Amino acid sequence: MKKGYFGQWGGAFIPEVLYETFARLNHAYEEARADASFWQEYTRLMANYSCRPTPLTYAENLSEHFGGARIYIKREDLNHTGAHKLNNVMGQGLLVRRMGKKRVIAETGAGQHGVATATMAARFGLACTIYMGEEDIARQRPNVFWMEKLGATVVPVTDGSRTLKDAINAAFRDWVASMDETHYVLGTVCGPHPFPEMVAWFQSIIGKEANRQIREQHGRLPARVYACVGGGSNAMGVFQGFLDEPGVELIGVEAGGKGLDTGEHASRMVGDLASPGVAQGYKTMFLQDRDGQMLHTHSIAAGLDYVGVSPILADLGEKGRVRFEAATDREVIRALELTMRTEGIIPALESAHAFVQAFKEAPDLAVDEAIIINMSGRGDKDIFTIAHAFDDSSWKAFIIGLAAEYQSSNR
Amino acid sequence: MKLAADIKKRRQDKPVLLMTHLVLGYPSLAVNREVIRQMAENGVDCIELQIPFSEPMADGPVILKANQKALAAGLRVADCFAFAAGVIAEFPRVNFLFMTYYNIVFRYGEKDFIRRAAEIGIRGFIIPDLPPEEGETYLQLSQQSGLAPIMFFTPTSSDERMRQVAGRGSGFVYCVARRGVTGQHTVMDADLENYLSRCRRATDLPLALGFGIGCRQDVVMLEGRVDMAVIGTATIRLVDDRGPEAVGPFIAGLLGS
Ligand SMILES: Cc1ncc(COP(=O)(O)O)c(C=O)c1O
Repeated sequence: MKKGYFGQWGGAFIPEVLYETFARLNHAYEEARADASFWQEYTRLMANYSCRPTPLTYAENLSEHFGGARIYIKREDLNHTGAHKLNNVMGQGLLVRRMGKKRVIAETGAGQHGVATATMAARFGLACTIYMGEEDIARQRPNVFWMEKLGATVVPVTDGSRTLKDAINAAFRDWVASMDETHYVLGTVCGPHPFPEMVAWFQSIIGKEANRQIREQHGRLPARVYACVGGGSNAMGVFQGFLDEPGVELIGVEAGGKGLDTGEHASRMVGDLASPGVAQGYKTMFLQDRDGQMLHTHSIAAGLDYVGVSPILADLGEKGRVRFEAATDREVIRALELTMRTEGIIPALESAHAFVQAFKEAPDLAVDEAIIINMSGRGDKDIFTIAHAFDDSSWKAFIIGLAAEYQSSNR
Repeated sequence: MKLAADIKKRRQDKPVLLMTHLVLGYPSLAVNREVIRQMAENGVDCIELQIPFSEPMADGPVILKANQKALAAGLRVADCFAFAAGVIAEFPRVNFLFMTYYNIVFRYGEKDFIRRAAEIGIRGFIIPDLPPEEGETYLQLSQQSGLAPIMFFTPTSSDERMRQVAGRGSGFVYCVARRGVTGQHTVMDADLENYLSRCRRATDLPLALGFGIGCRQDVVMLEGRVDMAVIGTATIRLVDDRGPEAVGPFIAGLLGS
């Protein structure tokens, strides 16, 4: 098969000016991949800097609540910076060091990848610019604050739908001018080759750990593994631990937004809104119109609000190895509430999509079976969105009070 | 006559040819038509008709905004074909090329897109996000239909890469003057001089130089160095600021006529 392709999906649709940059990146990546000491250095760094391996928590109360399968939660929220995003970023950071570049750029949707990149840049002494859609800046304000405090420049993107895809375009526009000194730390398993394959490699640390942990705790493999799918990096991360185990069913959960029938969602692999296309450097299923113009997407979770999906997942979906489902905004809030109340765990809005589907299916599984939910991140970053969704009156009073205080001190 | 031969022939009478660019549907097809008329009447040799795409990754802010506005006004790919057919018939002395991103071609169907373009008299394609490695079918079908798939040279291209891509294209080679997106100014310096002589050595195809050219001086500086100067963002800005009537005098000024 052609390099960078997964079935009919993937490729490297890049402007000519980036040809040499990609040639060098491919070289550095392939060299690192062939060098066992690179992976050792990577896992050592992640253990020392980022609490890896992250726990696999047995959710006793949730399991009891649903009365079916034993529910285990892979705790990527306990990774440093609060999400799986740092796995990829630290890996690419080590590559940046090898390539000798001095600056990194990244796109971000939820802001988790931006915070992770800003963190890596601070740690490795690199200059850092983050592109973020204006709409995402508005709904993920705490992450913007942290990126700036970590020393990154956050550039609001006001083009197009002002979300993740537009931030990716903006990052590419920076890169075609700056590639001599700059590496583009793409945040998910999308984009031109080698990004999908490379990011999946760094994220495979999740699945490697989870496979070992579930055998230790449950004595055998799980029946099913659930993960939310934006670009697909946390899903690919955990799935890779079980891809070669035909008995383990893999379920990717997309953003159902206001419902698949409303058109206000970001589901590429379920529903009938997506079709094959080529954009942002790769071929996959895109939410687009007949002409090939990208559609507006919607999700309560900024990190899932994206028109494309990993070419690797498009292929695994087409082959039937991964089953795709969608969770609506409303279901997500309910699953989040239940998880907080029963387990004292606060999933990110993105991750809560995986919880929704697992909760739907857990009751139908036998009590001696296990399922794993990949909790890609923690919900603290979503405090404004979640408080708004709960229409929380004491939070509102707090914000109004704080605003009044700032207003009077500004005068 | 094939595009490359036509360009070489025109070059016998002119020190440097002119290729202009516009985004279809921005600000409207009616204004596009008037702009094209002014360009044609003032001696423009080639015109790039950009079919808008929602994700124009290689374009700077001016062209990006034009793409978005054209789409927001409801422009469809079918409208672009119909419009192109009209202006090609009306201005037979101009070589028209389609510039767009690959998804537009892919969604239309490569075969249908190329066949339809050939039928209406389009001379070639400029697709910045389709490297030759990904464009096997497109390259083959274009060549078969007598249309020129335009290839790119860039300052980051090695000599070897230049020879490789030039071998896959026809018509002319689009030489990108510098790193970055469309719409920024370029000055002639030793680096650019050296780059252009590398371009010249890599191919027998005519060379066009683009990105940020906007005045008579820029055009003069290209005489004897490349075959065709590409005017991109400058005319879009001009039409924004002073309307389509300003285009004719601007083109005449560029050519010193
Ligand atoms: C916590 C969290 N989960 C999931 C995602 C979605 O990305 P991916 O599908 O690449 O894991 C994001 C993206 O920002 C995120 O922040």
